[in-house]
Amino acid sequence: MKPVIGLEVHVELKTKSKMFCRCSADYFGKKPNTHTCPVCLGLPGALPVPNKKAIEWCVMLGMALNCDIPQFSKFDRKNYFYPDLAKGYQISQYDEPFCLKGSIKLDSGKKIGITRVHMEEDTGKLIHETTEGEDVTLIDFNRSGVPLVEIVTDPDFDNAKNVLDYLKKLQQIARYLNISNADMEKGDMRLEPNISISTNGELPDYKVEVKNINSFRFVEKSIEYEIERQTNLIKESVKPTQETRGWNQAKQKTVTQRIKEESSDYRYFPEPDIPPIRWTKSQISNLKSQIGELPEEKLKKFKENYKLSDYDAEILTREVIQADYFEETVILGKKYGLTPKQIANAIINRRVDLEKILPAKLIEMIISAGKTDKVNDETLRKVIKEVLEDNPKIAQDYKKGKNSVIQFAIGQVMYIIRKKIDTEILRKLIMEELK
Amino acid sequence: MSLNTLSIKKAREGLSKRQFSSVELVRACISKIKERKNLNAFITVCEKEALEKARQSDKKIKDRIDLPLLGIPISLKDIYLTKGIRTTAGSKVLDDYIPQYNATVVKKLEDVGAIIIGKTNCDAWAHGSSGENSDYGHTKNPWSEAHVPGGSSSGSAVSVAAKMSFASMGSDTGGSIRLPASFCDVVGLKPTYGRVSRYGIVAMASSLDSIGHFTKNTDDSALMLSVTAGKDLNDSTMPSKNVESYESYLRRGVKGVKIGIPKEYFALGLDKRIKDNVIKSVKSLEKEGAKIESISLPNTEYATACYYIIQPAEVSSNLARYDGIRYGSARQNFGDEAKRRIMLGTYVLSSGYYDAYYKRAMQVRTLIKKDFDEAFKKVDVIITPVSPTLAWKLGEKTSDPLLMYLSDIYTVTANLAGIPGLSVPIGFIDDLPVGMQILGPQFSEGKLFQVGKAWENINL
Repeated sequence: MKPVIGLEVHVELKTKSKMFCRCSADYFGKKPNTHTCPVCLGLPGALPVPNKKAIEWCVMLGMALNCDIPQFSKFDRKNYFYPDLAKGYQISQYDEPFCLKGSIKLDSGKKIGITRVHMEEDTGKLIHETTEGEDVTLIDFNRSGVPLVEIVTDPDFDNAKNVLDYLKKLQQIARYLNISNADMEKGDMRLEPNISISTNGELPDYKVEVKNINSFRFVEKSIEYEIERQTNLIKESVKPTQETRGWNQAKQKTVTQRIKEESSDYRYFPEPDIPPIRWTKSQISNLKSQIGELPEEKLKKFKENYKLSDYDAEILTREVIQADYFEETVILGKKYGLTPKQIANAIINRRVDLEKILPAKLIEMIISAGKTDKVNDETLRKVIKEVLEDNPKIAQDYKKGKNSVIQFAIGQVMYIIRKKIDTEILRKLIMEELK
Repeated sequence: MSLNTLSIKKAREGLSKRQFSSVELVRACISKIKERKNLNAFITVCEKEALEKARQSDKKIKDRIDLPLLGIPISLKDIYLTKGIRTTAGSKVLDDYIPQYNATVVKKLEDVGAIIIGKTNCDAWAHGSSGENSDYGHTKNPWSEAHVPGGSSSGSAVSVAAKMSFASMGSDTGGSIRLPASFCDVVGLKPTYGRVSRYGIVAMASSLDSIGHFTKNTDDSALMLSVTAGKDLNDSTMPSKNVESYESYLRRGVKGVKIGIPKEYFALGLDKRIKDNVIKSVKSLEKEGAKIESISLPNTEYATACYYIIQPAEVSSNLARYDGIRYGSARQNFGDEAKRRIMLGTYVLSSGYYDAYYKRAMQVRTLIKKDFDEAFKKVDVIITPVSPTLAWKLGEKTSDPLLMYLSDIYTVTANLAGIPGLSVPIGFIDDLPVGMQILGPQFSEGKLFQVGKAWENINL
């Protein structure tokens, strides 16, 4: 029995304005229904005007995921009723999305196929609360029309660890492209895995969609729970039901939300209010040129060009801001004879606040930390002798092979002299004295 | 001569020469609306607001401010969103809906000084060919009150025909301007798709909706288009195409203009008297130097079937927002025709049926468009009847929706192809008005005015 997992991930873009109107897309924590207009409220007569930047970002994300970018694309209407859906349909893409057939390589070396990357709009938000003793549902349309990119993978995963690795990579790429904060806790990145168990190596004829996974911490737990649940059912010769389940964090399990008898009929048809998009070759190549170095390239470069260890390179490339900061500092540091390794150590060990300490300041700090006071050997020997006499245990321990006592002796000497001395010189002198 | 019978052009001249005031124009229109209240042309009359605007206009005229429509009372089909003025779309679903914003066209008209005198009656959601689908009662034909005025822009056509307003804005998705124009003896223009902004006008079928107007003559039609046309950043289906000086076409005459007569539009089912009238009109244009050519638009016979798949599909989606949650009333308030189109549209878009209906219809639509492309390689304009029959009696077709749909067979093609069409009056048969339709390639409105004006000049 082998788990078969495919993923649908929604990434909210951080464009200034919404997908089809000029309202601010920055809705998080804002007073309800203050970022709205006739378009995102779905008022009579209102028409959508697509956000060019959002479309470009969607295509760039597709390119970063090695997708084909068809020259022709269009928007479609996905018709369904829900109170948070202002127009009674969502503008999305059906059969001709912006990006098709991509792939991404995981750390394990496994390649995950990207089925498609398409553009759509977010919905409003329902808030259930009790007002004046009455249970009411309120609607906040601030989120209505915020640009969303949906990334769909092929059913290529067979374990939760790989899913987590994929998500982290996707998040990292979105941040490198600077198109989304991709913060799961804030809902910028939403994940819906489809999980089923194959008993014969073929694709199963059912799948279970899991929702409400709103944190990286729950990804593994919820998927592992679901795999176990379905495996147990199959062992008892029960076929799992095709349904949508939700992750319940308090109970640490998935629970049935909605049982789908068959797939919903969204009555997709081409959005008549938006003309189709035809890319020219130069537009595509122009977008491609706007993509900077992606995490994978940066990692390779850090290891090969800067001779960093896998560990250091991985840490430094995790966030694009840190990677850029490092590279900027390396260029500056070269003039002062600092090696990339010294700079990497400084950034990693000191946990530098990148926003407060500019690269030039960091270099200053590294250099001054390296400076030592000059004290002649005669004086040093005198102090070393004093320290060894006052602490006979040092010599005893050293003879027993405890080399770590040298570090203690160095500290004692520095303490008495009250100066910064090159530790290598001190170590040498102390060892000579101990012989 | 009553002031309300003047053309816009004449009224503007009189206003700037201070022969009469805008207040007098508004009063003349209002008194006509009251006098012929039984025609039921208006859903909302803005008497107080219009008079106030007229007073302000008179001040501006006194200050020698010159704007194309300054002080001219016009009416709007009740699907144009007007900030602060109730907009019902002829349906009880929006009975108490007061818009928070103005349609782009409304803003444009107000910017050039037009005065909104009221909102006109129409088939609910612009669904209909007779005006009888309005939840606010049917509109009557001013020439014969037992007959329909044509729809769906019924009140708009009547308001101009009965001299209640100098011009009226309507909408044409399958003939809703041209048909009532021909039934009411006024000039009706359906512009090229994308020539006039759709923003702020209750959508019927988004890929077919054309925003046009009714006027007393061709000169006024050209003037109205020159102020309503042009790029609107709120409507992404509008190409950035310059608005021509339509007035310059009006004096060109028809010498050398090639007019195509498509045989499919003069075939079985057309009232012979209408056929004879249209042919007679074409002959008189020929005398003025036009060249007449017989042409064929072979896919015409599929147009109505194609239209009645695409249009309801879009309708079913466009009406989904009227869920009664944020504004308006619940969906059970939709009338029979809206329900019929919602069901029809939902059906043709359903999985398993999409390919057989919607997709097929879109392919046919391309063929119809190609027919016109081919035809316009040979001729400048095409002339056809507007309707196969004269205005029918009220109630005559209400029990047979299919019969009602067939009254649009000569008009739906222009919507499917996105081309402009002008309906001009060509006389009366049995005391009922008849019109003919002049079609041209996309963005050839100037040419249509040229031919329309030449026809008017013959009949002076």
